[in-house]
Amino acid sequence: MSRKLLAASGIAVYAFLYLPLVVVIAYSFNNSKLNAEWVGFTWHWYRVLLSDDIMLKAAGNSLLIALTASLASTVLGTMAGYALYRYKLKLLPVLVMAPLAIPEILVGVSLLIFFVAINLTLGLLSIMLSHIAFCVGFVAIVVRSRLSGMDESLPEAARDLGATPFQAFRLVTLPLIAPGIIAGALLAFTLSIDDFVITFFTAGVGASTLPLQIYSMIKIAVTPEVNAISTLLMLLTLFLIVVASRLSPDSIRGR
Amino acid sequence: MAKNFGKWLISGPPVLYLIVFFVIPTCIMVLASFRYAGEYGGLAPVLLRDASGAHLNLTLESYQEFFSDFIYSWLFIKTLIYALVTTFFCLLMAYPLALLIARSASKYRDLLVLLVILPFWSNFLIRIYAWMILLGPQSAFSAALNGFLGIFGVGPVRLLFTPFAVVLCLIYVQLPFMVLPLYANLEKHDPALLDAAQDLGANGWQRFWRVTFPLSLPGIYAGIALVFVPVLGIFAVPDILGGTRGIMIGNLIKQEFLEARDWPFGSALSIMLTIGAMIIVGGAALFAGRRRKGDV
Repeated sequence: MSRKLLAASGIAVYAFLYLPLVVVIAYSFNNSKLNAEWVGFTWHWYRVLLSDDIMLKAAGNSLLIALTASLASTVLGTMAGYALYRYKLKLLPVLVMAPLAIPEILVGVSLLIFFVAINLTLGLLSIMLSHIAFCVGFVAIVVRSRLSGMDESLPEAARDLGATPFQAFRLVTLPLIAPGIIAGALLAFTLSIDDFVITFFTAGVGASTLPLQIYSMIKIAVTPEVNAISTLLMLLTLFLIVVASRLSPDSIRGR
Repeated sequence: MAKNFGKWLISGPPVLYLIVFFVIPTCIMVLASFRYAGEYGGLAPVLLRDASGAHLNLTLESYQEFFSDFIYSWLFIKTLIYALVTTFFCLLMAYPLALLIARSASKYRDLLVLLVILPFWSNFLIRIYAWMILLGPQSAFSAALNGFLGIFGVGPVRLLFTPFAVVLCLIYVQLPFMVLPLYANLEKHDPALLDAAQDLGANGWQRFWRVTFPLSLPGIYAGIALVFVPVLGIFAVPDILGGTRGIMIGNLIKQEFLEARDWPFGSALSIMLTIGAMIIVGGAALFAGRRRKGDV
């Protein structure tokens, strides 16, 4: 293939990837109720957003869920990642990978049936429990990849110098893999705050999150307020991803 | 003994959590597909008690319903067609991009890869919403297209709420999944192979089809699997962009769970979808494995 043709098609694909997002961001500043013609610059839709109580409540829920889910899944995921690295296990690798491999909708509906079967009222708690379930695997993978990049002789040296296994883990291994753990936590936070499909099935009528709120606005009445919240959410995700990729460059590739 | 204790202490909690919140729900869903629907939605009891004692209250009705009306099989076939078309166009668009990145100077590669990943970290719904704006009747894109069609006397076409909108957006959301494995493969190719082919008189086109392309097949297979399978279960894209003509199997599952409230049928559909996806992936893996063996 000639170089010029290759470069041209590459640029075209990049344009395809970015143009839609640029349009969403641009219209969030457009002084018109329609996402059609450029009328003029305004902050109006951001002011509408800040006075929208339902949206703010949803944002609060999203933050609470993402914080809880990322904290819990980081603890469980770090344990899983360490176990995958340290021991030859049969069940855990399958359990970690399976929820990531099957279509999300199936995870969502099976959790819905499960919560109803155990009589748990759908709401914040059911969403948190579901988010932890799908975040554990991602954290485990990030932590495991950080561990395999670690020099194995370091914890061994600590053991030779008289440290107990727990001391060797806490004082040597843990500080070495800390960037991987933080990257995993940020990844889990991002996945949780962005999740739509699994939340959609496990939320019930009681609790709403940002993605659920965006969905109902898209379905019922589209105003550039959606563009404004989208823009803010993109900024937040971008920030988290940049921080996470600084900490663990390999972890962000190929979710 | 002490070592085993540590092993259970570390792996126990995550294993337990995933069993409770992944394995058990999946099993309950499999069981649900054989149950009757409850009177007010949900599920009827598994055990029925009457004069002769308790007996199981299970049925194959949901599966029979699936095969009794061709409309359901057709929805599966339609979903497969959407997934195939999406995968094909993703491959077509991703290949040149992955090749471009792999052949760029190494200091730019990471940045170019990051630029592919970045848009896909934006919220899924936002990416769908973006196409809703772009394909809307008042958008510049629609206006330009209809203006162009108007020259040939073809009436204005509607883009939003059509199968076209669904497939276009599916390509958009799945494209990075094709670029990444392709790039990971192409980056490893030894440039000396292309030089050798050139020395032996192969032109650019021959070098691509007889050296680069065959070597990249593992990357292509990985990309196809990553793009194809998730598309089968997607419901948000057709839900927002597809209108009534563009619906896929995921929409029917969602409808059975949230609107029709026929959970057994919804569960049966979910299981058929999983089995279908597994057969396709397994078949493709087998095919790819045999191909590779045959090549040697």
